Amino acid sequence: MGQTATVLGGHTKSAESPETMYTGSEILLRCLIEEQVEILFGYPGGSVLPIYDSLYQGELRHMLARHEQGAIHAADGYARATGNPGVVIATSGPGATNLVTGIATAKMDSIPMVCITGNVPQQLMGTDAFQEADIMGITMPIVKHSYLVTDVRDLPRIVKEAFHIASTGRPGPVLIDIPKDVANAKDKFHYPEAVSIRGYQPTSNPHPLQLARLRKEIAEAKKPVILAGGGVVISGAEKELMEFAEQAQIPVITTLMGLGGFPGKHPLWLGMPGMHGTYAANHALLETDLLIGIGARFDDRVTMGRPDIFATKAKIVHIDIDPAEIGKNVDTFIPIVGDVKKVLQGAVNDDLLRSDCADWIDKVQGWYKSYPLQYQDSEEILKPQWVIRHLYETTGGDAIVTTDVGQHQMWVAQYFQFAQPRSLITSGGLGTMGFGFPAALGAQLGKQERTVISVIGDGGFQMTNQELAIASSANIPVKVVIINNQNLGMVRQWQEVFYKKRYCDVDLSGSPDFVKLTEAYGVKAWRATTKEEAIHAWAEALAHPGPAIVDFWVAPEENVFPMVAPGKGLDEMIMGDEEE
Amino acid sequence: MRHVLSVLVNDQPRVLARVTTLLGPRNFNIESISVGESEVEGLSRMVIVTHGDEWAMEQVQKQLYKLVDVIKVNDLSDHPAVERELLLIKVGAGPTTRMEISGVVEPFRASVVDVGPNSMMVQATGERAKLDVLIELLRPYGIKEIARTGVTALSRSMAHASV
Repeated sequence: MGQTATVLGGHTKSAESPETMYTGSEILLRCLIEEQVEILFGYPGGSVLPIYDSLYQGELRHMLARHEQGAIHAADGYARATGNPGVVIATSGPGATNLVTGIATAKMDSIPMVCITGNVPQQLMGTDAFQEADIMGITMPIVKHSYLVTDVRDLPRIVKEAFHIASTGRPGPVLIDIPKDVANAKDKFHYPEAVSIRGYQPTSNPHPLQLARLRKEIAEAKKPVILAGGGVVISGAEKELMEFAEQAQIPVITTLMGLGGFPGKHPLWLGMPGMHGTYAANHALLETDLLIGIGARFDDRVTMGRPDIFATKAKIVHIDIDPAEIGKNVDTFIPIVGDVKKVLQGAVNDDLLRSDCADWIDKVQGWYKSYPLQYQDSEEILKPQWVIRHLYETTGGDAIVTTDVGQHQMWVAQYFQFAQPRSLITSGGLGTMGFGFPAALGAQLGKQERTVISVIGDGGFQMTNQELAIASSANIPVKVVIINNQNLGMVRQWQEVFYKKRYCDVDLSGSPDFVKLTEAYGVKAWRATTKEEAIHAWAEALAHPGPAIVDFWVAPEENVFPMVAPGKGLDEMIMGDEEE
Repeated sequence: MRHVLSVLVNDQPRVLARVTTLLGPRNFNIESISVGESEVEGLSRMVIVTHGDEWAMEQVQKQLYKLVDVIKVNDLSDHPAVERELLLIKVGAGPTTRMEISGVVEPFRASVVDVGPNSMMVQATGERAKLDVLIELLRPYGIKEIARTGVTALSRSMAHASV
């Protein structure tokens, strides 16, 4: 606090005393500094003018997005890459409502975020004032918690609580709505040291009895399998998961959100399960007698919305920090509420757990080898799977890759074998188009030493490509890979498979020339239509010190396989196009 | 099955909205909801009457606990509890029917709380079913207005198991 005193609000050190008065907006920024916030993403406007006036001193770095949705996705990407809460600021009314998609995206994937909105002065609230929207009410179902600050004296406590709630237990977005009069009101600054919230005490230590039951089941199981989800990544439990799986000799399936939580090259790894999962992962789920879900929520892209025919031979163990997840989607034999890291530490702790199932491991590894992910490569036209594979090989699998939702997302999940956590940044739960590119900018700002690749469709890129302005002005060296099939690929695929090829509004003709568009922002861009061009363009883009875009023109009718239709069993996998 | 949830919440603006927002998307039909101060300063007790199977009720309790403003959730249907509701009902009543109406409400331990030239207001408390019966008995006189508070409830203490 001392070192910032000379800058914020122009106060000199001699003026820094417990009696010094600050405005609400100065207090807010001091709180953010106390929370070790490095960077803010946002967009100014009338109701946040006092906050931006306090930012004028430049103590906190602020990235000016070109749309509030870009700002919040960037803050989200920063949070996912670093594990620290992302912070976004938007003005009242339209500024705040533009955050909604981003808040819902963060909520669904349990991302710690603090979203600060300005609001009209309190005496105007409820009068349909200019740029007034009830953002507390609008966001109520999609926040972990929210605050309306009605008194400047509450501000430090609220900010402290907001960061605590956002980043502990099952993380999530917290909204702080600050009316303009509160931002202007004056008070002394004192940041609380501890936080105490009566109704908020997340359980992190598992019940020892349930751990003992788990050990017993593992010892008796013949066909155990681990289903590891995003909770492993959030908890930072990748080491513990590896130790657990290796010690107990249990094969591991990772969900989309869990990719990178267990190394993609590990012999015990069977890939991703579910709608576009591997044969080995899905058949392991069909056969297993002990399914250990770790920080995974058994959502409908894994169970196909059919819990009645999902893993029917298995006793299900469910480890999750959120008690509400347990029993929500599947019946649970052993519930273990706790932080994944602590649970796994407890499980491997004393007596060695080990299942005796060499035959089972042989069997699942046999499936993994016999039924690999495959696609029909071509020398005439670029195949999107080949492009992803090429990214993987040229980066040694070490890059952070962000995606939107859809075909490109699934190809990344299938063909980029993530070696470490916090490397795949994807909108898994909400499935938000336009997420990946701004998220990549935030991830790169949080992890400057890593290569960050935004793999994106030509549809999704057009939802937030205006954020090229930040990439350009702040020289953020993100590499954008457009998987350009001139279609809304996944919708097209569903229309082909489920709607008798009645293609309706999936043709993206009229899209801009992405190379020219990118160059208009002063960012380097290449186009690739053949493997030779692709190899060359990607090498140049990767070597370029600043932001760069490669527009890969890929086969427009390529589909994602394997595929299980919603409502079908995991044994009903479509392995590929019949024509092929 | 019918359930009566007793939910202790922070006495904060919007806390009712937080609870109903949570129940709505999960398709919980709220039969009644009542809120008032509790025995602890700063906390309110919310009594929610709803219907659902065991799975649904377990889910709704867990989801309620996720709200920061929710302190404690009890399903009063699990234990003996006292449930009461207050009814105010205005019925048509002239000089000829006043006495008759007074006679009807008397066994319900209800009382007449207001009398006008053409109507009278009756106040009754009790379980929901009892109030439903009273309303039916008063219907022939012409019901002008009804206001009901919804159910409020407390679990019985085991030592004094009856009222």
